[in-house]
Amino acid sequence: MTELTPGFADPVLGAQSCFRAILEAMSRPGRLQRVAGIEQPPAPLGLAAAAALLTLADADTPVWTDAGAAAEAWLRFHAGCPLVAEPREASFLLATGRIPSLATLAQGSEEEPHRSATLIVEVKTLAETVGWKLTGPGIETEHRLQVAGLPADFPRQWAANRAGFPRGVDVVLTAGPWLAALPRTTRIEEA
Amino acid sequence: MSTMRSAEGGAPLGGEHRSRESHGPTATRSAEGGAAPGGEHRSRESHGPTAMRSAEGGAALGGEQRSRASDGPTTIEAGYNFGYLDENTKRMIRRALLKAVAIPGHQVPFGSREMPLPYGWGTGGIQVTASVIGPQDRLKVIDQGADDTTNAVSIRRFFAKVAGVATTEHTAEATIIQTRHRIPEVKLREGQILVYQVPMPEPLFRLEPRVSETKRMHALADYGLMHVKLYEDIARHGHIAISYNYPVMVGGRYLMSPSPIPAFDNPKMHRMPALQLFGAGREKRIYAVPPYTSVHSLDFEDHPFQPIRANAACALCGARDSYLDEVVTDDQGGRMFVCSDTDYCNTRQGSREAAE
Repeated sequence: MTELTPGFADPVLGAQSCFRAILEAMSRPGRLQRVAGIEQPPAPLGLAAAAALLTLADADTPVWTDAGAAAEAWLRFHAGCPLVAEPREASFLLATGRIPSLATLAQGSEEEPHRSATLIVEVKTLAETVGWKLTGPGIETEHRLQVAGLPADFPRQWAANRAGFPRGVDVVLTAGPWLAALPRTTRIEEA
Repeated sequence: MSTMRSAEGGAPLGGEHRSRESHGPTATRSAEGGAAPGGEHRSRESHGPTAMRSAEGGAALGGEQRSRASDGPTTIEAGYNFGYLDENTKRMIRRALLKAVAIPGHQVPFGSREMPLPYGWGTGGIQVTASVIGPQDRLKVIDQGADDTTNAVSIRRFFAKVAGVATTEHTAEATIIQTRHRIPEVKLREGQILVYQVPMPEPLFRLEPRVSETKRMHALADYGLMHVKLYEDIARHGHIAISYNYPVMVGGRYLMSPSPIPAFDNPKMHRMPALQLFGAGREKRIYAVPPYTSVHSLDFEDHPFQPIRANAACALCGARDSYLDEVVTDDQGGRMFVCSDTDYCNTRQGSREAAE
């Protein structure tokens, strides 16, 4: 067992600034936000993915992850969140490899669509001025977002996810210290 | 600064008796302005079920606030966590906020905490602000448009004390604006967050009191009941007789209460560049409207929505585009109209004086 690295240098203000980055990302889909506050996130987690989970997950939120034993130990210690084996049981999912199919995750119900999963995906790169055309709430005309490292059928899965509105999954994409969000209302058009 | 506004803080002479009209069911306003002889006795009433706007009678308060329209960061009072709430509560509220933004107009339940102020004074708004605010923020708090009323002053002081944040009365300078029952006249921009204090989040509440039923109606987007209510208004009064808390459709899907803002403010919500967050403390609900999201006030093709405004100019700054409060000036039936948004009015008066 490797040694645990620290979480947020300042747990209160670190979580606050990370939350504002996620809130800004969620309310302006596709815009990149930079996160700071953790010196050394556990491999293979990037800074933004690790910070997002420390900001949002705790004993009330089951977490699923494929990031391996070191990351699991780190999350268990710093966030105190239960880790689950089944993706559909989780309120937060952190994928570093193959992402679980969106349709298998908690979608919420028609009456309680907020009881749905948030999927955090560590991708290779994120870029703002090229790639997908995003439209929907939070976007004045259109935002562009290029993501390297998602499965080829992600836009198709996303269209199905969006069609289920108000039910559906929200996605946070992270790459190192950067993050961008796709709330379920966002429409993706492939360029 | 006009005599009107300065009298408000309890200047000893030459003030007026001010009284605003009310819509609310329980206007419990106490006008404690008039301690000093001739001091302005100001009594505004409120729209909401919990009208707690009291004109500050304290002699120094109004003046002090006015001379320091913006305050820099302060130190946090010892013994408090940053932003008053504990970290578990903040995380829970933050999770609710993110889902609220992802589902525009949908009410997300949250575990509302007891706050050091009574329900109806902004416990929902204050919990949302506490979960969002950081040391870099500059906070503005308004109560029916005014920066200098008890509720606004005390919430601003609260956050200066427990979060050490800078505060301001200028709309353009603020990054977070907590509001009770108004949207500022100045157009909000990206990078600002508007936090509404909401007494009753459920727009269908007066038509269907059962939460289990209204939840189902939202799930089915079955809003016929509200249309019938609007139709009955037209049949009975010839127009839609709702002047505040006018129901809106958000993103074409959810019926939402805009909180008791005047219908005049409703069009400002449509595609607003700022993020709008709503907190209802007693009812334990959070909801949101993301930036650039359509917000449509319910109406009919032959009875389009009409924002209402008193047909007058502000007696202090001359504005013809702002929302006005009617102020009774004596007991002979004298009255005047002044801007409800004090920052807007003061800025206009300032620039007019500068031009002279």
